[in-house]
Amino acid sequence: MLLELVDLEVRYGAIPALSAMSLEIAEGEIVTLLGANGAGKTTTLRSISGLHHPARGRILFEGRDIATMAPHHVMALGISHSPEGRRIFPRMSVTENLEMGAYRRRGAIREDLDRVFQLFPVLGERKRQPGGTLSGGEQQMLAIGRALMSEPRLLLLDEPSMGLAPLIVREIFSIIREIRATGTTILLVEQNATQALRLADRGYVLENGRIVMSDTAGSLLADPRVRAAYLGESAAPA
Amino acid sequence: MSTVAPRVPLVRRVWRSDDARRGFACVAGGLVLAVMTGPSGSGTAPTSGFTGSLFHVRVVGFVLFGLVLWGLITARSRYSSQVRAFSAKVTAAPRRLLPDRRVRRVVYLAVLGFAIYYPTILNSFWQEVLVDQIGVYVLLAIGLNVVVGYAGLLDLGYVAFYAIGAYSAAYWTGALPIHPLFHLNPFYAIPLAILAAMFAGVLLGVPTLRLRGDYLAIVTLGAGEIIQIVATNLQGVTGGAQGVIGIPHFSVHLFGIRYSWGLDSLPYYYLLLGFVVIVLFAFRSLENSRVGRAWVAIREDEVAAESAGINVLKYKVMAFAIGASTSGFAGMLEASKISFVEPSDLTVQFSILILVLVIFGGMGSLPGAIVGAAVLQWLPQFLRIHPLFGFQQQDLYMYLGALLIVMMIFRPEGIIPSRRRKREIGLAEHGVGHADAMGHTSGPVS
Repeated sequence: MLLELVDLEVRYGAIPALSAMSLEIAEGEIVTLLGANGAGKTTTLRSISGLHHPARGRILFEGRDIATMAPHHVMALGISHSPEGRRIFPRMSVTENLEMGAYRRRGAIREDLDRVFQLFPVLGERKRQPGGTLSGGEQQMLAIGRALMSEPRLLLLDEPSMGLAPLIVREIFSIIREIRATGTTILLVEQNATQALRLADRGYVLENGRIVMSDTAGSLLADPRVRAAYLGESAAPA
Repeated sequence: MSTVAPRVPLVRRVWRSDDARRGFACVAGGLVLAVMTGPSGSGTAPTSGFTGSLFHVRVVGFVLFGLVLWGLITARSRYSSQVRAFSAKVTAAPRRLLPDRRVRRVVYLAVLGFAIYYPTILNSFWQEVLVDQIGVYVLLAIGLNVVVGYAGLLDLGYVAFYAIGAYSAAYWTGALPIHPLFHLNPFYAIPLAILAAMFAGVLLGVPTLRLRGDYLAIVTLGAGEIIQIVATNLQGVTGGAQGVIGIPHFSVHLFGIRYSWGLDSLPYYYLLLGFVVIVLFAFRSLENSRVGRAWVAIREDEVAAESAGINVLKYKVMAFAIGASTSGFAGMLEASKISFVEPSDLTVQFSILILVLVIFGGMGSLPGAIVGAAVLQWLPQFLRIHPLFGFQQQDLYMYLGALLIVMMIFRPEGIIPSRRRKREIGLAEHGVGHADAMGHTSGPVS
């Protein structure tokens, strides 16, 4: 396993955000984590990348416990996080934003820049434009591009479809597929369950900080409970 | 008879005109200033403050000031494009030439030459001002510029490190009630004072720099107050409220060179100048290094910087400690020059003043910090001794407050802004990014 969460418990003060959370990701997979607002999806990603430290449990990356590591150390191991709400640097240019993504690395980043511009041609046309003046979709692309600049083995994507038009969402999801094709493992957090499950190999459903379901993406997509809760269909008659 | 325009009373017509209203406001502002700077009333004649300032020739000057301000504001809104075209024309030549490295080098050398030569033709009063009021403050502003301008950390307790530098000087030279193992001439204690201030910066920084925006400002404000209160009350260690006296002047006995700094200000000036030049080179290369880029990222968005793999705490502490050690050096130098330290000088106003210098000059801009500090520190002295103005030192902060307000309206980026900061503020005015990275870089995250 590339990443294993074992019996993870995360708290915000006295409030539990995640409890007895376990999850696995194999090399080369796209795994999606579904759930409503406040279910603990973002908390999961933040715990993996070291922005939060769990109260209990282990986070194993290639068998090594990274639960108490600082974010910059986690990143050095090959985990990259495209955070919720994109969080690009609004007043840095597109290129500068991408360079920040490669901050941990020394040496040439020319090739990686070219790779990102190839993946997102729109960004290549706007190299010198301040990040904050990009459209929502372009900002999301920039956030993903920035995360790719560190050449991660595991890419954590937090709601890349948030607030974007359906057409743009489709474009971004097809790029995620391309990123996987280059060998990067992806953990995708989404509210947009249909799209995410069509893209992913496997999925987990999170409710109130607990995993309530886990299966292959196909089975989850067919599951009446998932359909009722996340795909907006009325519950199948019992 | 054809149509008759409805008769609007003159008063209302004037009141409706924005121009006229602004004019009233400006003149009224001038009158308020006249009263505030005029003589104060007394118990037996409570209105004498008003009558003494309003029925006096001085009032003409203040009304004129209001009118000039009105003219400026009106001109700005009406002729903004012409003004911009004119300033573009004026700055075209320097803009074209300055990017050239050789031209820049010549300009720097010319400025340095001027800075070396000019003080020698000043009288001793201005030489003293040049060190005590300008040189030391330029150094302080450059140091705080790293904290506030580069890393975007609002430090309101900058005085704490100045105090530590000053008291270090006192300690190592044996001027304090407690004595070190061996006494040093303050010149050799310079590195020790810098280290002490840096250490204090790290010590205060590591726990507090986890906080963001306002919280950091409050904690540093508290730290500054604590230092002053400790210095005032810890009589057995610091000498208490009377302060410390008898801190010796610098002197060097090294490799056959013997030199002692004395009462003359000029030698201190050259020591300061040398240090400022070194610090400028160091800070400029820091600004353009990986460290500088990390600072930019942190002040733009701390969470994003963290996600990009930047050790946020490390770089914040670094900026804080660099600022602290600069402040410590300034404190040490000034303590040795005037040969005493007094806790009553180590006020929060001191920290605020340095912050004002940095903001006035242009946050994140080294030339800005230098020019800002020099101008704002020189001007009050000039106005004070010039018979025409009758400026009083106790009014300083009132004027500085007014100046800041005017600055924020007309030139929020400072008088010599850094290119990046200028762009940031320009974008912020169009709703991109935060108004200022000094404030909330990010709220609590879910």
